[in-house]
Amino acid sequence: MLKTLFHSQLQLGLAQAGVAALTALLVVMAAARRGIHLEKDLAIAMARGLVQIVAVGSILLLLLRSPSWTSIFLLIAMIIAAGATSARRAKGMPGAFQVSTWSIACGAGSVIALMTALGVIDTPITALVPVGSMLIANAMNTNGLALNRFRSDVLAHVGEIETALALGADGKSSVSPYVQVSFEASLIPAIDSLRSLGIVWIPGLMAGMLLSGARPIYAAIYQFVLLAMIFAASGLTSLISTLLIRARVMSPAEQLILRPGQ
Amino acid sequence: MTLPEPGQADSVILRVENLGRSVPGKILVSGATFEVRKGETLAIVGPSGSGKSSLLRLLNRLDEPTTGTVYVDGTDYRQIPPRELRRRIGMVLQRPFLFPGKVAENLQFGPKQRGQNLSPAEIEELLAGVGLSGFESRDVSNLSGGEAQRVSFARALANSPEALLLDEPTSALDEAAKRDVETLIRQIGQEHGIPCVLVTHDVAQAARLAERALVLEGGQIVRSGPVKEALHA
Ligand SMILES: Nc1ncnc2c1ncn2[C@@H]1O[C@H](COP(=O)(O)OP(=O)(O)OP(=O)(O)O)[C@@H](O)[C@H]1O
Ligand SMILES: [Mg+2]
Repeated sequence: MLKTLFHSQLQLGLAQAGVAALTALLVVMAAARRGIHLEKDLAIAMARGLVQIVAVGSILLLLLRSPSWTSIFLLIAMIIAAGATSARRAKGMPGAFQVSTWSIACGAGSVIALMTALGVIDTPITALVPVGSMLIANAMNTNGLALNRFRSDVLAHVGEIETALALGADGKSSVSPYVQVSFEASLIPAIDSLRSLGIVWIPGLMAGMLLSGARPIYAAIYQFVLLAMIFAASGLTSLISTLLIRARVMSPAEQLILRPGQ
Repeated sequence: MTLPEPGQADSVILRVENLGRSVPGKILVSGATFEVRKGETLAIVGPSGSGKSSLLRLLNRLDEPTTGTVYVDGTDYRQIPPRELRRRIGMVLQRPFLFPGKVAENLQFGPKQRGQNLSPAEIEELLAGVGLSGFESRDVSNLSGGEAQRVSFARALANSPEALLLDEPTSALDEAAKRDVETLIRQIGQEHGIPCVLVTHDVAQAARLAERALVLEGGQIVRSGPVKEALHA
């Protein structure tokens, strides 16, 4: 319907964005009638998201013809932004930003590097950056979930942890049950997307590949490749971040630093 | 590091010197100086929020002091590895926080941290000491509040501590269970010679159990001495 009204792609895009945003607004208005006010949050998030993605789209346009090594810088910038974003999920945790950034860099970064070296990810910037950013974004979510869970579990078990310390346990082993639980819980989304691949959802990349003329069976296999890489990147990130944060919540004298009200 | 005091050097287990801790914007404890001697019970009393728990947590270094230190048997406790320190200075809290599993596994927890194992006879003896003979294979999830608290005493004693820190150990218990635990505290001091530092808001309990008392207000010791004088001044 919109296609008959708008002829340039840019106009069509803006019109489509308008319709999608309107739908989201309707949902918010429905929520407002039940006393749940998300208007401001949503308006800000939508405006921000649109500006960010358009800006990135324009930068990609510029970079399309740049040599592929420039993608390294883009990916590094994304990793730092991802570290800052998921550190916010861990309020009051000492060193959350460093822990998140290092974990995402090691977790997602090493999977990206290995897969690119093996030829699983293509080297042109148009392949490396979108696929790499997908791995980084998923590693970020997993890391945020892991830190958030670890924080709330430790705060809910201060008595147990300090009882173990008071009996002569070392700091690391007294919080390790919560490390394990956080690691497992953080990977539930990645496992579930792998499990439900093609049944509950078809990743956007597949649509893109089909549109650009790839053979459907190859496009399908590559979705699996992508999700398996996402799982590897997320799992490695979460493993590293839970181990790093475990050391941060204890002082050198085996004292629990993360306590309620701080 | 050893600073012997003529006459009573042997009997002083803990010497607390100018101990204090502040966090940004708040002084929790300041200038605490006192001694804990072999076999005695020292009560720490004071209104809610006066810093009793904060002071007790400094004594086994669960929190880091910002001033002063504690000498354990003459050694500055910062020279003692924290895990060894906490084995030697045991602690029992208001709530027992037993680890899921059997009573015997809870008693094994401390020794296991150092790669040791209690024999069945040692476990039986510890349980008999807290009036819970035959409880070794009971699951901790179905103990009464008083039983659970006595298990937590036995668990602390399993480490063969040189002193015990008790933070309101009876305030979550009913009258009968409270009397049992009070009896136990008396035995720990008299029969085992293990000194106890007892934090309590209950002045009558302090008078029943302790020889000496410290009164804390706003993080500072405002009175100290033999229990009757300190509490009724
Ligand atoms: N880490 C901390 N940061 C800031 N304030 C704290 C901290 N720990 C304790 N406090 C505050 O210091 C004061 C002393 O606390 P503490 O728990 O030692 O008191 P208490 O004498 O044991 O009280 P109660 O009888 O209620 O147990 C309280 O006002 C408490 O809120
Ligand atoms: Mg207290």
